[in-house]
Amino acid sequence: MISVLLLFAPVAAALLVPLLARRLRGIHTGWFVLAVPVLLFVYYLGFLPQVKDGGVHIGELSWIPSYGISLTSYIDGLSLLFSLLITGIGSLVVLYSIFYLDKTKERLGNFYVYLLMFMTAMLGVVQSDNMIALYGFWELTSISSFLLIGYWYTRDRSRFGALKSMMITVFGGLMMLGGFILLYIMGGTFSVRELISMAPELAEHSLFIWALVLVLLGAFTKSAQFPFYIWLPDAMEAPTPVSAYLHSATMVKAGLYLVARFTPIFAASEIWVWLVTSIGVLTLFWGSFFAVKQTDLKGILAFSTVSQLGLIMSLLGAAAAAFHVEGATETMFKYAGFAAIFHLVNHAAFKGSLFMVAGIIDHETGTRDIRKLGGLMALMPVTFTLALIGSLSMAGLPPFGGFLSKEMFLTGMLSLGELDLFTPASWGTVLLVAAWIASVFTFIYSFYFVFRTFTGKHKPDHLPKAAHEAPPGMLVSPAVLGLIVVAIFFIPNMIGDWIVKPAVVAVQPFMYGSPADVDVHVAAWHGHVTPELMMTIGIVIAGLVLYWLLPKWQGLYRAFPEHLTLNKLYDSSMVLAEGGMNRLSRSYMNGLIRSYLIYMFAGIVIIVLGSMIVKDAFAISFEGTAPIGPVEIGLLAVLVASVVTTLIARKRLTAILALGAAGYVVALLFVIFKAPDLALTQLVIETVSVALYLLAFYHLPKMSRHDEKRKFRVGNAIIAAGVGLMMALLAMSAASQKALPSISQFYKDTVYSEAGGGNIVNVILVDYRGFDTLFEIAVLSIAAIGILGMIKLRLTRKGDQHEKQ
Amino acid sequence: MEILMSVIIGFLFMAAVYLILSRSLIRVVIGTGLLSHGAHLLILTMGGFSGSAPPVLADGVTDFVDPLPQALILTAIVISFGVTAVFLVMAYRAYQELETDNMTLLKGNDEHD
Repeated sequence: MISVLLLFAPVAAALLVPLLARRLRGIHTGWFVLAVPVLLFVYYLGFLPQVKDGGVHIGELSWIPSYGISLTSYIDGLSLLFSLLITGIGSLVVLYSIFYLDKTKERLGNFYVYLLMFMTAMLGVVQSDNMIALYGFWELTSISSFLLIGYWYTRDRSRFGALKSMMITVFGGLMMLGGFILLYIMGGTFSVRELISMAPELAEHSLFIWALVLVLLGAFTKSAQFPFYIWLPDAMEAPTPVSAYLHSATMVKAGLYLVARFTPIFAASEIWVWLVTSIGVLTLFWGSFFAVKQTDLKGILAFSTVSQLGLIMSLLGAAAAAFHVEGATETMFKYAGFAAIFHLVNHAAFKGSLFMVAGIIDHETGTRDIRKLGGLMALMPVTFTLALIGSLSMAGLPPFGGFLSKEMFLTGMLSLGELDLFTPASWGTVLLVAAWIASVFTFIYSFYFVFRTFTGKHKPDHLPKAAHEAPPGMLVSPAVLGLIVVAIFFIPNMIGDWIVKPAVVAVQPFMYGSPADVDVHVAAWHGHVTPELMMTIGIVIAGLVLYWLLPKWQGLYRAFPEHLTLNKLYDSSMVLAEGGMNRLSRSYMNGLIRSYLIYMFAGIVIIVLGSMIVKDAFAISFEGTAPIGPVEIGLLAVLVASVVTTLIARKRLTAILALGAAGYVVALLFVIFKAPDLALTQLVIETVSVALYLLAFYHLPKMSRHDEKRKFRVGNAIIAAGVGLMMALLAMSAASQKALPSISQFYKDTVYSEAGGGNIVNVILVDYRGFDTLFEIAVLSIAAIGILGMIKLRLTRKGDQHEKQ
Repeated sequence: MEILMSVIIGFLFMAAVYLILSRSLIRVVIGTGLLSHGAHLLILTMGGFSGSAPPVLADGVTDFVDPLPQALILTAIVISFGVTAVFLVMAYRAYQELETDNMTLLKGNDEHD
C-alpha cells in the first residue's frame, strides 16, 4: 500500500515545484527536486536483502475493482533493478541538470514537473503487475517524454522530434494495449503474475500469436528497435540531462523490461524467440553501422543506444530460447539471461555518463559537432577521463564493465549458434557473425567518439566559446557513473548476486526457482583461452585497423542514398497521409449541395434496394386490392400531366400553377379515398400555398436552367429514376405483404364510448394522439416567427453597399 | 388500386428528386412540394383502401376506412406547409441578398473551409 502510494511521490512533489520555482528564485529549483529520487532510491535499497533471497513485495490499491483493475507495486528482482536505475540515475541526472540548466534563462518549473512526472510513470511501468495500470503508466512515459523533448518549444527541430517520438511510441503503446486485451481475453485476468502461472494453457490459444506480436510492437517502438528506432536520434533535441535519463538509461529500456517481463509467458513460442533475437541483432548491427556516420556527438550516442538496446534485446531472445533447451541450466544457455540483465545495468551506467560528457562538451565549447571539436584532452582532462572510461566500456575493453558483458554476450550468441531446434541451423551462425561485425563497429564508434573529440588538433576558431574544464558540480554525476563502470569490472559477482540474479529469476522462472539457483560466475579471466576471448581479440584488432583507416572508407556512407532512408520513409508517409486525407475529403466535400444530395439519394437507393435484394423482399400481389375505377384513372392522368408540366415548365407562373393543380388533384384523391378532413385541409393549404407562391412571385427568380447541360440533366434523371423506382417497389412490396392487422379497430370501437366524439380522425388528433397536434402547432408557430424574422430582421453584412429596406 | 398508386408515388418521387437536384433555387422549392405530396399519398396508400365509409360515425355504418393514416397525414400536411412557407421565404430572401438563385454559386468560398 505504502509502496503503491510512493509511486506517485514524484508527481505529488511536482505539484510543489512551480510554487518553489516562483517563491525561491535565489535557489535553483533542482535542489528541492533532488530529495525525491534520493529518498526513493534509499527506500528501494531497503528491498535488496529481501529480494536477494528470492522474496517479493506486493502492494495493492484497488482502482476499478469491478473490472479487476488495480494499482499495484510488485517488487521482484526485475522491477527492483529497474526502480533502482530510475531513482539512482534520476538523482544523478537531477544533480547534473542543476549545473547544466541556467536558473535565470530556463523555465525550470516546467522542466522539473515533466521530469518528476516521467519518474512516476517509469516507476509505475516497472512495478505494475496489472496490465491496464502498466499501460496507463506506459503512455504517461510517452507523454512526459514528448514534453521533455519539446522543452525548447520555440525550436522547430524540438517540436518535430517530440511529435515524431510521440507518434511512434503511442502507436506502439496502442498496439501493446491490444495485446494486453487479448491476453485478458485468453487468461481472464489483468495480472501478469497470474498470466505467467497459466502460461502453458495460453500458448495453446488461437489468439496467442496475435497477443505476442502486438506486445512486441509496443516493446520494439519504445526501445527503438528496427525499424522504429528513427525517433530516437531526433529525440536528441531534448536538453542533455533528458537524453541521458530518458533516452539512454530508463525509458528506452521500458521495452526491454516489457520483453523481459513477458518472456515467461511468450517464451513457449518459437516466433517470440526468433523475432526478439533477430530484430535485436539487426538493430544492433544497423545502429552500430550508422553510428560511425554521425557527426553530432549526441547523434553518435543515440545510434549507439539503439545498437546497445538491440544487443540486450537479442540476449533476451536467447534467454527465451533457453526455454526450448533440455537442461538449459547445465549448458551455456544459462548465460544469455544473465548477460542481458548485466549489460542492461552496465549500459545504463556508461551511456548515462557519456551523455553527460557530451552535454559538458556542448556546454563548455558551444558545439557538439565532432568536425569542429578536437584536442580537448589537455583543456578538459577530467571530462576526457570520464569519456574514456565510458567509451572503452562501450567498446568492451578491460578493465571496464563493458568487457564482461561483451564476453557474456558472445557466449549468449555462441549458444544461439548451437541452437538447431527450429528452422535452419545455420541461422544461429548468421546471427553470431552479424553480432561480431556489429561489435567491431561498436569498437570503431567508441573510439571515434572519444578520440575525435579529445585528441588531434585543437580548433579554437571553430568553437563558439573558449573551451575549458566544466565546474565540479557538473562532473560529479558522470564521475559517479564512471566509478560504477569501473567497479562493475572489479566486483561483478557482487552486482551479480545482489541485483542481476534476482532479476534473471524473474525473466527465466522456467529455469530457476530462486536466485541461489542461478549458477553463473562472472570472471574477467577464466584461466584458459575461451572462444569468446579469441573473438574479443579479433574485434579489437579489426576495430583498430578499421578505425585507423576510417578517413579512407568513411566516404562509403555517402553511397547510401538519402531518399531511401527510413526517416525519409516516415516523412513521406506523414506527408502522404496528411495530403492524401486532405485531397480525399476535398474530392468529395466540394461545397455543392447537389453533390451531397446525390450521395444521400444514391446511398439510400443502394441500401434499400440492396437489402431488398438480399432479403428477397420484392412482392407484388393483386389479392385484396381495391378496384380501379374510371374516375381514379382520370384523376391520376391529370396528376401525371401536371407533374410533367412542372418538370418542363419554362416560366415560373406555369410551374407554380401546375404545382397547384397537382395539389388539387391530391385533394380530389383524398375525396375519393373517403378522407373528408384531409380533402378539406389539402384544398385550403394548397390554396394558401399557391397564394404564397404568387405573393412572392415578383421577387422570386426567373425559372432558369443555369446552363444545365444535357449530361447534367441525364445524371440527375438517373438518380431521380432510381429513387422513384425504389419508392414504387417499396410501396408495392409493403402493400402486398401485411404482417399485422391495423390497430385502428380500437379507435373505431371506442371513439364514442371513450372520447364522446363522432369524427374519428378529429378525435385521434385532439384526444388519442393530442401531443402530435400540440407540437404541430408549435411547428407552425416557429415557421411563422421564422418568416417574420427573415423578413423583418436585416442585419447588413459587413461592407454591404446595397442595403435594401 | 394500391399497385397503381405505388407507381404514381414512385413517379412523384422521381419528379421531386429531379427538381431538387437542379441548379435553380425555385425548382428546388417546387420539388419539395411534390415530394410532400408523394409522401402523403404513400401514407394513405399504405393504410390500404379497404372500407367503404369515411371515418365519421353514422347510423348503421361499421365499415369505416382506416382513420389513423388520415390523422397522420393531416399532421404532415400542416407541417409540410409550414416548412414550404419557410423555404419559400428563405429562397426569396436569399435571392434578394445574394442576387443569384444558382445553386452552384450558392456554395461556401474557400475562406470558410
